[in-house]
Parts: sequence; structure tokens; C-alpha cells
Amino acid sequence: MEYLLQQLINGITLGSIYGLIAIGYTMVFGIIGMVNFAHGDVFMLSSFIALIFLLALSQIAGITSLALSLFIVLLLGMVLTSLWAWVIERTAYRPLRGSFRLAPLISAIGMSIFLSNFVQVAQGPRNKPVPSILADVITIRQGENYTVAVSYKQILIVVVTAVLLAAFWYVVQKTPLGRAQRACEQDRKMAALLGVDVDRTISLTFVIGAALAAVAGLMFMIYYGVVNFSDGFTPGVKAFTAAVLGGIGSLPGAVLGGLLIGLIETLWSAYFTIDYKDVATFLILAVALIFMPTGLLGKPEVEKV
Amino acid sequence: MSAPASTLTIPGAVRDALKVGLITLGLSIPILAVRTDQNLSNQIVLLPRWGLVASAVGIAIAVRLAYLLLAAVRQARGGALIGSLGVRLPAQAGTMFARAAVVFLFLYPVIALSLAGTGGAVKWIDNFGIQILIFIMLGWGLNIVVGLAGLLDLGYVAFYAVGAYTTALLGKTFGLSFWLCLPLAGILAAFWGIILGFPVLRLRGDYLAIVTLAFGEIIRLVLINWVPVTNGYAGITGIPRPSFFGVPFNASDQGFSAVFGLPFSPLYRTVFLFYLILLLALLTNWVTLRLRRLPVGRAWEALREDEIACRALGINTTSTKLTAFAIGAGFGGFAGSFFAARQGFISPESFTFMESAVILAIVVLGGMGSQVGVAIAAVLMIGGTEILRELDWMKEIFGSGFDPTQYRMLLFGLAMVLIMVWRPRGLVSTREPSIFLSERRAVSGAHVREGHG
Amino acid sequence: MAPRDVVLEVEHLSMRFGGLVAVNDLSFSAARGDITALIGPNGAGKTTVFNCITGFYKPTSGRITMSLGGPAEPNDVAALTASGNRAMRTARGQLFLLERMPDYEITARAKVARTFQNIRLFPGMTVLENLIVAQHNALMIASGYTVKGLFGFGSYQRAEADAVALARSWLDRLGLTARADDAAGALAYGDQRRLEIARAMCTGPELLCLDEPAAGLNPRESSELKDFIRSIARDHGTSVLLIEHDMSVVMEISDKVVVLEYGIKIADGSPEAVRNDPKVIAAYLGVEDDAVAEAEAEIAQ
Repeated sequence: MEYLLQQLINGITLGSIYGLIAIGYTMVFGIIGMVNFAHGDVFMLSSFIALIFLLALSQIAGITSLALSLFIVLLLGMVLTSLWAWVIERTAYRPLRGSFRLAPLISAIGMSIFLSNFVQVAQGPRNKPVPSILADVITIRQGENYTVAVSYKQILIVVVTAVLLAAFWYVVQKTPLGRAQRACEQDRKMAALLGVDVDRTISLTFVIGAALAAVAGLMFMIYYGVVNFSDGFTPGVKAFTAAVLGGIGSLPGAVLGGLLIGLIETLWSAYFTIDYKDVATFLILAVALIFMPTGLLGKPEVEKV
Repeated sequence: MSAPASTLTIPGAVRDALKVGLITLGLSIPILAVRTDQNLSNQIVLLPRWGLVASAVGIAIAVRLAYLLLAAVRQARGGALIGSLGVRLPAQAGTMFARAAVVFLFLYPVIALSLAGTGGAVKWIDNFGIQILIFIMLGWGLNIVVGLAGLLDLGYVAFYAVGAYTTALLGKTFGLSFWLCLPLAGILAAFWGIILGFPVLRLRGDYLAIVTLAFGEIIRLVLINWVPVTNGYAGITGIPRPSFFGVPFNASDQGFSAVFGLPFSPLYRTVFLFYLILLLALLTNWVTLRLRRLPVGRAWEALREDEIACRALGINTTSTKLTAFAIGAGFGGFAGSFFAARQGFISPESFTFMESAVILAIVVLGGMGSQVGVAIAAVLMIGGTEILRELDWMKEIFGSGFDPTQYRMLLFGLAMVLIMVWRPRGLVSTREPSIFLSERRAVSGAHVREGHG
Repeated sequence: MAPRDVVLEVEHLSMRFGGLVAVNDLSFSAARGDITALIGPNGAGKTTVFNCITGFYKPTSGRITMSLGGPAEPNDVAALTASGNRAMRTARGQLFLLERMPDYEITARAKVARTFQNIRLFPGMTVLENLIVAQHNALMIASGYTVKGLFGFGSYQRAEADAVALARSWLDRLGLTARADDAAGALAYGDQRRLEIARAMCTGPELLCLDEPAAGLNPRESSELKDFIRSIARDHGTSVLLIEHDMSVVMEISDKVVVLEYGIKIADGSPEAVRNDPKVIAAYLGVEDDAVAEAEAEIAQ
């Protein structure tokens, strides 16, 4: 019982990170119907940006307050990762919009290969350990032979995710940007005719997705205490799985899917075998796409003849 | 970047280029500006390198200025400067080119030998010749699935792996010769093509791509984790090498060299392997071209164009899709079998998603459905990245710490993006009709659809 | 009068999408060799009926019987229905229950071919290739399911030559022979429409279902189309089921007209009878102005 509770806590933490990345996939797919293959690598890049700034703030700028430096790192990470996503969209995707359907996908795969190798060349192939932060734990429940504990970093991850999701939800639901986004999702040509700046809206979609991925990147780095150039692909696929499972195009779906994938992965590792934990994710991905392609919260699609 | 304004002024261009420089500066912070290194106690130390950032920004500005200048020249001439360079081969030229290429390939080992000598030729025949031919064959195999049938497959490497592991396991466990393993590997891979194809019949487009990616990864993860059979990460060593119709390539008395009274050299095996993969690749091409002119091949292309119309014409789309998956997978299996026998060693490392992406990139960059295009793309992309291994002289310019091979995949990814932006339909964008009444006319890429499934 | 030779019998057909009833308890029949028109205001459920007949939708309920070779005996139909099978051989020919068959089999075995409201050619294949693909099943058998064809046996070569000859005869009729080696997507709109019909005919159908073949055609093209459809019914003995908004086409070439409104049949009979039916006039008056004007013009003639 205590063991299960602990796994649930871990699963939710991990799921929050996946959910944050999944939003980037789901929004881009919703608006231009494209799987942004490079999104996982943008996330990986953002974890390197966070790592470097975190160390730079303590080693070079000498800031000792952890809260302050985390806040600065988060802000800088979001801005710079967004800049990357903006440039990627402008250079690799926008010229291909409305052309051959496979072209943006291949371009995105190329971008993904480029980004991971760029980081490898720029920062070296080795794992980068991060000094442990916020590792103290609060004991929740003292079992007979098992103690359930939640660490400060887990609390931080879940709280930051929740707050950002709420803010983001507000943006998408209540602001003109959100309205423009939904208009473009429905019918891009019509939206353009009605005066929506489609290019700008799509750019902003990428930027928001990247900003959330940057948050996930920082959280991922804090949680695992290590970053590596090859860490884009697997979390990227898992987050995409989350987006699909939740119903691609649906924002609450992405978060729900993220939590589910986090929980499944944690429970699978805890109760079955850790070796095959990624197999579990891929199986879920395949099964979800084959048997319920619209996901849990997605809209059904009718084949038109 | 965005298209330059219609009228280019010098201050405008400079401002534009400076803006690009500024963006580059933003992108460089902190990922280029600061390098993370580990010290002896495995702590990270930060090493600033602003010089690198400065050169990156400088290069970006220069490239942008050059681009704007070129665009201005192009506009002044009132025509396309870059666009006109596209490969638009008339039908006859294509056949001529293909014939010349095949003749060249048959002569290639001789040319390599005479130019590079016995010592240097092995590298050119093996790293370039065999490596490129493997990818040409894989590209042609995948071309059946993606280019003809329009089914987007991102897990093609799985069949390559099935072929390779079949050969390795059958060869090691039962001592079967390569010549028996080769057809078995192809058949088993085709069988897996059907097994994995069946559940994805209903899926379309990107969804199909992602599920096939998932299948590919599952097979790789099983290869890693099923240690008793596959030996996990360590892989399988000592795979029987192909023999020359029963005569092995070794230094023994029964070996190829001894039998033919030649001095022993590893070169014979390399040359033999080269011709073997050349014949396998040509077989793939022959079968594909043949199938294109048969009802099944036309049904594949019709499927790519419009699946619903196919069904309305009485075509069983299920079996049509499955034959495409099976035949494509079968050729992947042959290639995998050859790969295992050539290396003598395989491990899951060789069958990552990256390989699938590279093969798909070759198909799309070449121009979907075009056999010549796929071959050109394989030579460009694989040959291009292999040639980076040969650029040792660059060390003299950039210092001894500079290793061009590091940049292989980085440049590969960049090339994928650039080629797509330049030619979204690939290098050869026209389609050859499979039959004609009076005149063979290539179909413009503008009409050809890319498939929905 | 001899008993009517019915090729297609639709009985109590209903199709629901969730709560929406697109077709409600529809029954009608099409006689062999006739041109039967299915008309009605937009959203009446005409294309849904087509999709049910050609297997693209599985009807919620109802029976669709296709009989090849001669009229179906009621006993045979009852026996086939009870057996749970899709098809049976009868004394005269074959009987098919279309609602039980997958779409491609309906074309391949029951010999029902169709065209689409929004043209569905293979735009990147040549005109000739489009017509060859339509003969897929015959060629597939001739190629020994690819095996014989792959090794180049003569029988396939002959079959392909025959297929080209058939395609050519259609191209000659359409006047498109010179365009045979051009991409189908490069043809003019009207030619694409007619090519789609020829392609459907290349499957060798007994029943040809045309979904708004005259849509988007100019008056001259539309009149050519009338002749073309009539010649298909007359020269090939192919029965035609037609959805059409262009009343001049419908009234001129149909032997029988079935009128749908909101998924329910409101009239069924000869063009003259239907055009004077007050219910039909009301349906058009209530819904679509231009169609009403057309109908009135017809009546005035």
C-alpha cells in the first residue's frame, strides 16, 4: 500500500513533465496537422540551457538564493527556447507550409537530427551531472517497512506545472490569441480572410509550445539530476504518446495523457520489469492509435466519401 | 528566413543581415557561448568561448548578405537562379544515365584498385561502394512502401534488423550457410511485414508513421532485452561469412586465394561482397520496375493517389497494402542478411530509429517513387557523410582538435532540411508512367499525390 | 406486360449517424437496362443511399439485392437472406446482398460501379493508366496474381494488350485518345468527369451509379453527357442509377425517377408523373429556389 502510494507520487511527477511537453505536440498538430518531430529535441536543448544558466548563476554571478536563480533560469530558458522554436518554424517549416505533406515531416526529422547532434558537438557527448537541489523530503506516511516520502522537487514540479497550465489555459481560452488559434485550427483560409494573421498565430503556437517544453526541460533536469544530448527522443516520443492517448488536438487531453503515461511507466517499472518500460510506452502508443485514434478526449472524425 | 523584400536597398540588406546576426547571437547563448566540461571530481565547469559565438554571428551575417545579394541578382534577371538547377530529366536521359551508372558500378572495384592501389581500394570499395549500395537497396525497398503505395513507414529498420538477426541466429545456431540464410531472412522479414502491417491497415498519414516508428522501436528494445537469444547490447559475433559458392574467403588451403592460386588478401572478399550487394540491389530494382508495370504495382500507385477510388474500382486495398508491406520488408530483410554476413557482427546499435529516418530521408529526398532519384539521394547523403571521414586535411586549417566526422549527422540533418525547403518533392519530382499509348511522357510532380496512409 | 426485370432492389433501407436519420425506410427498385434517377433537395440523403449501395457505409437496417443475369426469384432472395451468406448462384445468374459485402467486392463481384460527386481520379497517373487500373481484377488473374506476370509469361502480355484496347475504345468515344498519356489531373474539368465515368465502365459493371455527373458542366458539356449516359445504357445494356440536380438531364434521360426528401421517399414513377406530383413541387418550392425555377420551366415546356 505504501509502496503503491509512493509510486503514484512519482508517476504524477513524471507525468507532469510529459504533459508539459505533450502540449507542444498537441497544439502544433491541432493547428497545422503536423507532428513536430523536433519538439523532443527542443525540450532536450532547453534542459541544457537550464543547466548552463543554473551553473552560471551560482559560479559566475554568485547568486546564492536558489529560489531566485531557479526563477531567472526558468525565465531565460523559456525566452531562449522560444527563440529556437521560432527560428525553426521560420526556416524549416514555414517555407513548406501548404506544399507536399511529407516535406514538413522530413524537415522536422532533419531538424531533430540536427539539434541533437548540434548539442552533442557544442556540449560533448557525456552525461552532464547537475548538483542535487531540493532533494530534501517530507515524510508523508511511515509504514511498517516502507516510508512514503515526497521530495521538495516533486512538489515544485507539480506546483509549477499546475500554475503554468492554469495560466496557459487562460491564454488559450480567453485571449484573442487563443481565439485566433482555434480559428486557424478550424479553417486556416477562412481565418485569414477574416483578418487573422495566420503566420503569426502559427509562430506563436510554436513559441508557446517551446516555452512549456523549456519548463519541462528545467524540471527534467532537476528531477533526474543529469542531462544528455540524446535525451530528446525518448521523452519526446513518450510525450507524443501522451498527446495521442489524450486525444491529439485536445489540451486537457495532453495533460491527462501525460499523467497517464507517467503513471503507467512508473507502475510498470515498479511492479513488472524496468527493462521493458519503454516497450510498454510504445505498445500503448500503437494500441491507442490503432484502436482509438481520437484518444480519450479527442473529437471523432468521420471519413467522407 | 523570410523572403527578401521586393526591392533591395543596401541599408535594408544590412539591417536585415544584422537582425539575423542578432538572432544568431540569441541562439548561441548559452549553448555555444559556454561549454560544460567535467573536472576530475566529475563536477561541471563552465568554459566561456565568446570567440566561437562571434564567428557564428559573423558567418550568419555573411551568409544572409550573400543570400540577399543572390536573391537580388536573381530578381534582376527576372528568373529563377537556383530553381532552374533542379533535376528534370527527360525519360530518355534517365534511362541513359541509369545504364551508365550500372556500367560504372560494375567497373567501380577495378577503378578503385587502379586509382588507390590494393591497400587503399578496400576502404573505397567497402566504406563507399558497399555502404552506399546497402542504403540504395534499403531506399529502393522502402520506396515500394512509401513512394509507390504511399504508406508512410518510419520503422523500416525493423525489417533490416529481422533479416540481420535471422541470418546471425540461423548461421550461428544451426550452422546454416549465408546462401540459405539469405532467402530465409527475406521471407521472414516479409512475414513480419505482414504481421506489423495488419494492425495498421486503417491508419493514415502521420499516425501510420508514428505506429510504424513504435513497432520499429519495440523490435529494437526486444533485441536489447531478450538477452538469452540476442545477447542484448553486446550483440552477436562470429556470424558465418558468405563463401564464394562454397569456397570460403580465408587464408586456409581451401580458401579462395589458395584455390585460385592467388596471394591471400582481404581484398577478394570485399570485392566479392561489393558485387553481391550490387546484384542484390539491382534485383530489387528489377523487381520493383517489373511490379510497377503489373496490376499489383499500378494498384499501389492508385492507392497512393486515392484509396477510396481504389475501393470503388473493386481493388482489395487490404491485400494491396499488405503486399506492399511484405515485399518492401522482404527487400529490407535481404539487405539485413547481407549486412550481418558482411560485418560478421551485429548489435541493436545498428538498428536505431536514426537508420529508419535516414532511409526514409533518402526516399523522400530522392523524389518519391523514382528509382533513379533514390539512388542519387543515397549517393549524396551516405557518400556525403562518408566523405567527411576523408577530410583530415581540414585539421591543418582548424587545428588538430577538429574532427570533421563529428559533424556527419549534424550536416546530414541540416541537408535534410535544406533539400526539403529547396525541393519539397525531392530531387526527381516527375513520375514515369507505367504504360503508354503513343508516347512516354513524364507526369509532372504537381499532379502526383503523396498518399494518405 | 412481362414482369419487370429488376437489377437492384432496395428494401426498407435506413441509415442513422448517431441521432441523425439520413435515410429512413427507403424502398425502390431499378430495372435492368433502365436509367433510374434519384433526386431531391440538398441533404435529402441521396449520396448516403449511394454509399450504402456501394458498401462505403454499412446501413443501419434494410436489404439491398443485386441480381445478375435476370430477375430475382422471391424464394431465392428469402433463401439467401436466411442463409446469412453474401451471395448465391441462381438458375439465371447470381444474387448478392450488398449490405453484407465490403465495398471492393461490390464492384468486383456484384458488378456495381460508381463515380463520385467530387471527382476521384488518380490525378498523378495518366489517363490510360486510370482506365487500366479499373481493370485490376481481370488483369490480376491474368498475371497469375503477379507471379506469372513477374516472369513475363505471354498470357499476361495478351491480357494487358486487351485491357489497353478496351481503354482505347473508351478514349476514342470520349475523344480523349490524344490525351491518353497525359496526367489525369491535367485534364479539363468536364473531361475529368467523363473520364471518371469511362473508368467506372472499365470495371465491366451491370449497374453504374453516377453521383451528380453534370455538376459544374456547361450546357454544351451537359448535353454531351446526356448522350453519353444514354449510350451507356443502350449500347452496353448497363443499368444506370443517377443522382442529379440538373433537371434537364434528369427529365430527359430517366426512365424512372425516385424523389427523396429528408431521407424519405416522397415520389417514385415516370418523369412526367413525378414532375406533376404536388409533393415534389412543394419539396422543391420549400427548399431550393433555382431548382424550383427549373422545375417550373420544365412544366411550362
